[in-house]
Amino acid sequence: MAFEKDLNLDATELRLGLPGTSDESAKNQTPATLRSNNKRALPEESMSSNATASKNCDQETAPLPKAQVVGWPPIRSYRKNNLQPKKSEGEISGIYVKVSMDGAPYLRKIDLKVFKGYPELLKALEDMFKFKAGEYSEREGYNGSEFVPTYEDKDGDWMLVGDVPWEMFTNSCKKLRIMKGSEARGLGCVV
Amino acid sequence: MPKRLAYSLSDEVLEHVFSFIQSDKDRNVVSAVCKSWYEIERWCRRKIFVGNCYAVSPKMVIRRFPQVRSIELKGKPHFADFNLVPDGWGGYVLPWITEMAGAYPWLDEIRLKRMVVTDESLELIAKSFKDFKVLVLASCEGFSTDGLAAIAASCKNLRELDLRESEVDDSSVHWLSHFPETYTSMVSLNISCLGSGEVSFSALERLVSRCPNLRSLKLNRAVPLDKTANILRLAPQLVEFSTCTYSAELRSDVFSNLAGAFSNCKELRSLSGFWDVVPDYLPAIYSVCSRLTSLNLSYATIHSPDLIKLVSHCPSLQRLLVLDYIEDSGLEALASNCKDLQELRVFPSDPFDVEPNASLTEQGLVAVSLGCPKLQSVLYFCRRMSNAALVTIAQNCPNLTRFRLCIIEPNTADYLTGEPFDVGFGAIVEHCKDLIRLSLSGLLTDCVFEYIGKYAKKLEMLSVAFAGDSDLGLHHVLSGCESLRKLEIRDCPFGDKALLTNAAKLETMRSLLMSSCSVSLEACKLLSQKMPRLNVEVIDERGPPDSRPKNCTVDKLYIYRSVAGPRFDMPPFVWTKDEDLALRLSP
Repeated sequence: MAFEKDLNLDATELRLGLPGTSDESAKNQTPATLRSNNKRALPEESMSSNATASKNCDQETAPLPKAQVVGWPPIRSYRKNNLQPKKSEGEISGIYVKVSMDGAPYLRKIDLKVFKGYPELLKALEDMFKFKAGEYSEREGYNGSEFVPTYEDKDGDWMLVGDVPWEMFTNSCKKLRIMKGSEARGLGCVV
Repeated sequence: MPKRLAYSLSDEVLEHVFSFIQSDKDRNVVSAVCKSWYEIERWCRRKIFVGNCYAVSPKMVIRRFPQVRSIELKGKPHFADFNLVPDGWGGYVLPWITEMAGAYPWLDEIRLKRMVVTDESLELIAKSFKDFKVLVLASCEGFSTDGLAAIAASCKNLRELDLRESEVDDSSVHWLSHFPETYTSMVSLNISCLGSGEVSFSALERLVSRCPNLRSLKLNRAVPLDKTANILRLAPQLVEFSTCTYSAELRSDVFSNLAGAFSNCKELRSLSGFWDVVPDYLPAIYSVCSRLTSLNLSYATIHSPDLIKLVSHCPSLQRLLVLDYIEDSGLEALASNCKDLQELRVFPSDPFDVEPNASLTEQGLVAVSLGCPKLQSVLYFCRRMSNAALVTIAQNCPNLTRFRLCIIEPNTADYLTGEPFDVGFGAIVEHCKDLIRLSLSGLLTDCVFEYIGKYAKKLEMLSVAFAGDSDLGLHHVLSGCESLRKLEIRDCPFGDKALLTNAAKLETMRSLLMSSCSVSLEACKLLSQKMPRLNVEVIDERGPPDSRPKNCTVDKLYIYRSVAGPRFDMPPFVWTKDEDLALRLSP
């Protein structure tokens, strides 16, 4: 509850940044600063605000994973770099790619590491740019949608998002472009 | 001291007496006795420690102490280790080296921590100090193997080169080969932070084989296992050794070669490294285990049963660093086997996972506190704790000097009672009267700070995160902790009142760092104005603090005492009172 309330304050606050740039700073803020600083959180509250950060579906931004706090737990970068944790490492490493949409005045950036798979990514893109990609099918791509998500891969080719396994995609995606459906017609017909 | 007595001792005699006084504190006291003692002392002071490189200028140090041989400097605050200080904040060593190059031709020791060291600085060191002996770069950055090559080539009498935990850029120079064939003086070499491309193994072997006084060798991670055995055979006199990557499968020839090499090392007392170690190779070190006093397994992903076996071979252990894979059962084994244990550090194997992946709880630490009466220094990461456990630990270990507990999830309460940990940490500070360092975690109210202010009279360094309710908490600490030198706080509701009320206290400390607290820009400005011998730095990457609404709090605040005045190397995101804030534009 408190978490959502604070987001509303952020949205109405006068600031110099572009609208929507609160995502970046929100990601770096600690759960404590997202809440009012004077309130000490009860353990249940803080546990849930960490866990539900990823469940807040009606946010404008891409869903956060378990909210990773800068510099917490206090482990030196040297140690973090030298240990191989099984899961994703921490707040520093991420696969940031630019996202453009035809007709939109400016680009966005998202961290692909934050998503577990295509459904989450598409949902985040749809929320971010306010469009609907429609159903993906291997044969026909995003048939019938006004906008189609595409990406540029390591070889410089423009591909349809969803064709390759997720891991392969995150490793090869250099940037994303949400194309107008009319332009994307040719891509849907891969055999 | 009666004047007669002071004048009756000649300068030479006094100087000789002073030469037995090594500690800085004592030297400072000596120099305050009278003018003539001040004069004599300043000419014969050989070692300088500067805990904050911005607290004093190199010119001032040189003016007072003209014949220094050894200097230690620290740059960034401790929180920089955890990315809480933005890159480019400062801590440059070049101005110091430049001044000392002219003033101290006989300087032979430089020890730096958390400073930015460039190749230019290293080249200047290599060129300027003819008898250079010791270079320690701890958690430093900004230099490459080019700089190291300059040091290797020029410093004929180099005894110690220690790059612990520094970030070194690889310039593809085979810097080790720059030690001339005539160079034989290495005593201590720590290159464990270097990557695989940065060390030529054959050059290393040649170096080791011609340095008979080599006592401490910490290799980098990429040296293969069979090479390890070779190195050890070349240097059986080693006291400290850091091993390298272990190969994936057990090969009996490699194993017996390694075991043989270790068995030759009768002086070996400290082992570390163990990256990627495969448990099957561990018995190769059993022959040295009984003599080991220090073991750093904190990069070794080996599990409890193997750790228990290893630890049971090391009855002389005084210092153990390990991952939470040791689990409570391993710590119980440690407690029953290692009665001389003084220092224990347990690190998390998977710090960002909410669920524990190893069965390590407060029980492990309690067991060690019970079984190891000499325990003095603790660093413990865990996911659950109770006040009862903390009270037990405090009662079992009244001789603790360093206690750092990190309960991984912020604001976690006592898992048995749901209470905050005020009582538990209160017991620690009450019973451990010699405590000089404390790090808090878990759910904490202002009460814990009341206890700390009341009991922790010898406390010098305190780290606080996600704790407290109000300014009262900070006020208790600043007004009660008489010996406090360093205070670092993040994400606590501490604000203007406590800071301004205790402004004078800040001049008795080295530094205060507050990140994401509730201090306003107005308070910072006021503090700046009131206290001319404090540098008040507002670190804010979001833009000019003046441009934010009046009641907005500053992002980070770093306050430190200084006789050098404001510094001139501040990056765009640091604001102080001398800046014209309205005109400051971020890049």
